[in-house]
Amino acid sequence: MTDGLLHPALVLIVGALLPALLRGNARKLAIVALPLVALALVWQVPDGPVWQARFLDHTITPLQGDKLSRLFATIFALMAAGGGLFALSQPSRVEVPAAFVYAGSAIGVALAGDLITVFAFWELMAVGSTLVLWSNGRNSSYRAARRYLMIHLLGGVVLFAGITGHIVQTGSVAFTHMAPDSVAHWLILIGFLVNAGAPPLSAWLPDAYPEGSWSGTVFLSAFTTKTAVYALIRGFPGTELLVWVGLFMVFYGIVYALLENDMRRILSYSIVNQVGFMIAGIGIGTEMAINGAAAHAFTHIIYKGLLLMSAGSVLLMTDRRKCSELGGLYRSMPLTTVCGTIGALAISAFPLTSGFVSKSMIGQAAVDGHLLTVWLLLTAASAGVFLHAGIKFPWFVFFQKDSGLRPAEPPASMQLAMVLFAVLCIAIGVWSQPLYALLPFPVNYEPYTWAHVLAQLQLLLFSGLAFFVMLPLLKRTPTITLDVDWLWRKLLPAAASSVQAAWRSARQAAVDGLALRVNRSLGSIERRARHDARLSNTGSTRSMATWVLVLLLGYLLLYYL
Amino acid sequence: MNDKPHWLDQPRNLRLLWRGFLVVLVLTVLAQLLVDLHPHFEIEAVFGFNAWFGFGVCAAMILFAKALALLLKRPDDHYGPGDD
Repeated sequence: MTDGLLHPALVLIVGALLPALLRGNARKLAIVALPLVALALVWQVPDGPVWQARFLDHTITPLQGDKLSRLFATIFALMAAGGGLFALSQPSRVEVPAAFVYAGSAIGVALAGDLITVFAFWELMAVGSTLVLWSNGRNSSYRAARRYLMIHLLGGVVLFAGITGHIVQTGSVAFTHMAPDSVAHWLILIGFLVNAGAPPLSAWLPDAYPEGSWSGTVFLSAFTTKTAVYALIRGFPGTELLVWVGLFMVFYGIVYALLENDMRRILSYSIVNQVGFMIAGIGIGTEMAINGAAAHAFTHIIYKGLLLMSAGSVLLMTDRRKCSELGGLYRSMPLTTVCGTIGALAISAFPLTSGFVSKSMIGQAAVDGHLLTVWLLLTAASAGVFLHAGIKFPWFVFFQKDSGLRPAEPPASMQLAMVLFAVLCIAIGVWSQPLYALLPFPVNYEPYTWAHVLAQLQLLLFSGLAFFVMLPLLKRTPTITLDVDWLWRKLLPAAASSVQAAWRSARQAAVDGLALRVNRSLGSIERRARHDARLSNTGSTRSMATWVLVLLLGYLLLYYL
Repeated sequence: MNDKPHWLDQPRNLRLLWRGFLVVLVLTVLAQLLVDLHPHFEIEAVFGFNAWFGFGVCAAMILFAKALALLLKRPDDHYGPGDD
């Protein structure tokens, strides 16, 4: 059953053909307008099932609305529009269409009422994002895209096994609250966590995302992990394990980002860090915590998009990505510097920015639940965010030393995208009610109390002091830090090639041995076939006939006995 | 670019920025005398908790990262040369 409402996800996925086929201004119009059409459609989706169909003896619900679904679909559509605007001057003809398939699939997951639809869009998302990476055209992107796809197909297989098991056990395909109480539900949880960038496979994210183009990484940062956050909010709220998974991710992101030199890899580690806050909130599971996780996903998509836009502008204008080669860009790129700094303040949850009004709800949920350890770790992590992303990123890219580079500002469309997202970061921070009204539960929280603002300022400013006091320890070197991707980039290939070498030498030995034996047998046959050998004797026909006669007589005799 | 150095390039302004920063730091701690922070946990009630906790954990995280780097740091062409 459909009631005539177009599916916003399909509009974006099918509409992705337009930017692929059109040229010139029509293409530009399509790139900006399509996500906005999808956004308008998202707001038309009412509560409850909208599209239903029969599929393999099950009633699936490809389009279903509630506040949580609309919140995530809204931010995905908004991000597709902002990313599209930023990518208007992108010469690749594949990237934006692939990104629209990717964004559309993320909207599809957010609006799916059943697990079969979730899985279908989940896999399409992996395809779209791989194409976004691939379209960068470099060898390193191609290799990274293969590794990325490998991990996501693995996660997809686990998720598929879990969904199949769930349907067999419960007979229901509905996507509702589950608990990790059966093998099937564990598999679903693991499938979701792989996409969230959770341990032990977190390394896929900082491995792949920095290999996108200057605009591709902006798209990549938004959808996969936040779709997983949505799925975890829907499926596993209040699962205590998630608190600890989230806290691990938070500190993993900080420590690795502190050691990193590639500016976009710093921001990729910080995605894991921020998603960690959301997952910890989902694990706490109260209404306040879920609101916080959902709001933080919303604001994070905007400020992380903004941060990666500023990094993408630097990459496009300088063709450099390493902090050790950058610095001093504020002189010739003031607008990019200001926008990047606003993104950095928002991710640090500075008062008057969007991060302040969203992340603090997660901390408040820990306070309300009297979870001292969790609260202390979250507070420590908040300080660490300012350290690794809030100061480190703008400092090393835009300030630091004079690298001698004097790049111009990026093209106007990129500047406009950055300004719009920077305005959103501040507008949400100053005027949080519209965002709070979109959250899944009624919000009974006031972020701007003197106590909260002062406590946050103390925390952040003294983290800043720590950064500058310890700056010599943070000096960038052209190095990377080994992560678990070492397992599939070094150990497995090395193991595979040593197995291959062993197999080759074993095969050679076997072949040699066989050849020796064949030669020997040939030699012995030759010896026995010599004309004077016993088996080479030629007997006469007469003696043979005699022996046959003897045999037949013997047979006759035996027959009568 | 014009010839006049950017205001951020003048050492005098940098010194001013540093001093301003330190003054703001002190002010945020002193402001605690005027504003009740409504501590929920006992440890929060210790004076200047957010200030020393923030500074302390940041220092600890930096030192931990440096220690981890001793084990896990590699040249950035460890996985083969990038093509950029």
